[in-house]
Amino acid sequence: MKIIFAALIMIFLSPSFFLYGDKLVFASTSNKTSISEEIENKERQISKLLRCVVCQNQSIYESNADIAYDMRLLVRERLLAGDNKDQVINYIVARYGDYILLKPPFQANTVLLWMAPPLMVLIALMIVILLIKNYQHKNIYQKTDKLLNPEDK
Amino acid sequence: MKRFILIIPIIVFIIIIAVLSVMTLQTKEGRNPSIVPSALLGKEAPNIELPMLARNIPGGFKGSDLVGRVNIVNVFSSWCVPCLAEHPQISWLATNGFPIYAINHRDNVSDASNWLKKHGNPYVAVGFDPEGRASLEWGVGGVPETFIINASGIITYKHIGPITKEILKEKILPKLHEAKR
Repeated sequence: MKIIFAALIMIFLSPSFFLYGDKLVFASTSNKTSISEEIENKERQISKLLRCVVCQNQSIYESNADIAYDMRLLVRERLLAGDNKDQVINYIVARYGDYILLKPPFQANTVLLWMAPPLMVLIALMIVILLIKNYQHKNIYQKTDKLLNPEDK
Repeated sequence: MKRFILIIPIIVFIIIIAVLSVMTLQTKEGRNPSIVPSALLGKEAPNIELPMLARNIPGGFKGSDLVGRVNIVNVFSSWCVPCLAEHPQISWLATNGFPIYAINHRDNVSDASNWLKKHGNPYVAVGFDPEGRASLEWGVGGVPETFIINASGIITYKHIGPITKEILKEKILPKLHEAKR
């Protein structure tokens, strides 16, 4: 009895029991065509970089949408055709635009997007330094003022 | 000088507010920020070959078939409710001299054939895309989507979502006339 119970617990705790959704899709399609682990890893890696166009801020790896599934298959198709990571990404960007990339590329129209945060920090630092200097200056002035004042009077 | 530097954050703040309010006003005027323009605009229509749906339905076409006149390519599915909503407008365009090609997106033969029999087939040719592979080539994000292709086979306009009567009059027809020039 104890052994059966233990076995049941083992089954429920085994990760395969919890494979569902897109993970199951990955598992089942990969069995069908028996694709090398290397291709599968690349596919997963690339899928995580591509936006699912009908979802809000989800990669095609995470999404269960039909189009995300189609795109994962396209990524695999291109990899099997011999494309490398950049070639696969360029292939999809050519059809869907930069929007498909979850991380926007650094180029002319995104300079502001990338440069704004460090610029803000720089401006903030400048202000802090100036304020500190200003404060120190005032303090010295006030101290000398107090020292000088009685004599003047 | 110091005074000026201290004013910078206020100036930056005012600029940010100005940019954001312009964007908000644009959204109010109907620019939907969630709709991104197609990367294929101004490029040649993808030359992927789409097979016919069924023998009794004219079909099967490829990108190079679209050269020589202004054509419309409409992506539809029998399971897509907005596609049915735009069907009268698509049919109107077909009867008014605009050739329309269809990409039947992620559908099956019997459902799609029955849908066309029931609601009428306005299409010059229907291309069957059950796995959505050709749709990816066209940069399709969902159904319905409609492309305008000029006589040199260049995609000049893409509409995402159903074509209502208003959109037909205000966007599609002007863009069709523009493509004819």
